[in-house]
Amino acid sequence: MFDNIGQMVLLFWRTLGALPLAWRQRQKVFEQFFEIGNASLLMVCMLSFFIGGVLSLQTGPALVERGLPSAVGGIVGLAVARELAPVMMAILIAGRIGSAMAAEIGSMRVYQEIDALRTMNINPIHYLVLPRLVAIALALPMLVVLAILIGWFGGATVAEINHHMAIPFAVFFGDLRSMVELKDVANGVFKTFCFAIIIGTVSCHQGLATIGGPRGIGRSVTKAVVNSIILIVMFDYILTRLLLH
Amino acid sequence: MNSTDQKPYGVKLEVRGLRKSFASQEVLQGLDFTVQPGEIFVIMGPSGSGKSVLLKHLIGLEAPDAGEILVNGESIMTPEIAAKYRMALVFQSGALLNSLTVGENVGLYLTEHRLKPPAEIERIVREKLADVRLSEAIHKMPGELSGGMKKRAAIARALVIEPQLILYDEPTSELDPLSSVVIGQEIWNLNQNTRVTSLVVTHDRDLAFGVADRIAVMDGGQILTIGTPEAVKAFPDARVQTFLNADFKREPRFKNI
Ligand SMILES: Nc1ncnc2c1ncn2[C@@H]1O[C@H](COP(=O)(O)OP(=O)(O)OP(=O)(O)O)[C@@H](O)[C@H]1O
Ligand SMILES: [Mg+2]
Repeated sequence: MFDNIGQMVLLFWRTLGALPLAWRQRQKVFEQFFEIGNASLLMVCMLSFFIGGVLSLQTGPALVERGLPSAVGGIVGLAVARELAPVMMAILIAGRIGSAMAAEIGSMRVYQEIDALRTMNINPIHYLVLPRLVAIALALPMLVVLAILIGWFGGATVAEINHHMAIPFAVFFGDLRSMVELKDVANGVFKTFCFAIIIGTVSCHQGLATIGGPRGIGRSVTKAVVNSIILIVMFDYILTRLLLH
Repeated sequence: MNSTDQKPYGVKLEVRGLRKSFASQEVLQGLDFTVQPGEIFVIMGPSGSGKSVLLKHLIGLEAPDAGEILVNGESIMTPEIAAKYRMALVFQSGALLNSLTVGENVGLYLTEHRLKPPAEIERIVREKLADVRLSEAIHKMPGELSGGMKKRAAIARALVIEPQLILYDEPTSELDPLSSVVIGQEIWNLNQNTRVTSLVVTHDRDLAFGVADRIAVMDGGQILTIGTPEAVKAFPDARVQTFLNADFKREPRFKNI
């Protein structure tokens, strides 16, 4: 996988260089943006509700037992905003959107559509990669803001209905607000932005590098998802370390 | 600016010592030929002889290991020079973009490069689709077309570029005999009207001998002979003759079963 990291950086660099053309390609950016939203909004909502809920369930009773009920809101709030929502949503989107990008571009590669573009002097990076990368870099952070809110809501719901905790909604959110700062949410969203770029770059690169017919498309999709997830988790550590300062 | 005012003129194409290997297989083993401006040059040869690979080199999708490609005497190995000339390739498979309608495919070159206002593009698209008798398919998706219709749409998409050199890869494969004749006429009409230099790769003997000014026969990455249709027909080499005269004969033992 790491043999083509250089190629991925190069692809990202070229796409960045083409960024001024994004306005011209805005129609395609919007199409991709709405496709991402359409494909993942419901999943994001469900997943983040249950992530917040299970976190509350795992930590809450233990904290209440030790006389720290006021820590529940803060712990759920911080964990969801800084870590769980960004990473889980990025992994979800890698599976849902990254795979689709690799498959679509890969099949265009295999069926010579990309060659056809090149014979018309249409740069595949401008035409295919740029709109996808811009769209995912815009959409994923927005989805994560939503995921954070719903995750908190899920945590609060469980904290209230679980009889080991029975922390009222308002108290949960009061505790949450005293511990979570806007900076925490911003850090989470910033990480997500980086993850979005990883997913977009890895998936488009895999798509463009597809060789060998329909089986090659399958291989590209798998690689796009697996490599995205590995890089997301690695960069999560690196970025978290940097953002702590 | 009327597109018919400035007629595209054909360019001269020269190929010198072109070689290309994939892994250990030498697909092009030193090709030399010249296509004159406005000529219809046909390359025939059995499957796997390297015809499609040759076309990819001419349009700049593959880089040769050795040799040169010249257009009007200039090497087109540098993208700046290649960009000076309008060249189009009609892919063997059509290679239409599956996510766009036929009309959008045909107009893609103009819309992406913003060469004309939308209404003008629409008019050109309709005109080119009418040229290949595909007007009714303008709003269809490529997935809804037959193989032959895809090929005609691909020709329309190439015409929009107003090429000075047009390369056809198997323009009549997958077509019924009548459509093949129509495509052959199209290739010829286009060449007559615009003097576009045309290079046609085909197995189709009727098409080749019907439209060609000159024919090259290729096998195993080499050119066996180049000449007028009559000269090629009379060329004594056994491989050329077997290829040109191969015919399906029913074995007597298959009869009357
Ligand atoms: N990208 C590639 N990598 C490796 N080998 C290739 C590649 N492209 C073509 N070849 C090989 O080159 C040879 C010639 O292929 P080509 O597609 O040019 O044949 P062709 O003359 O167009 O045949 P057909 O009439 O069936 O289309 C084949 O043996 C093919 O396997
Ligand atoms: Mg071929």
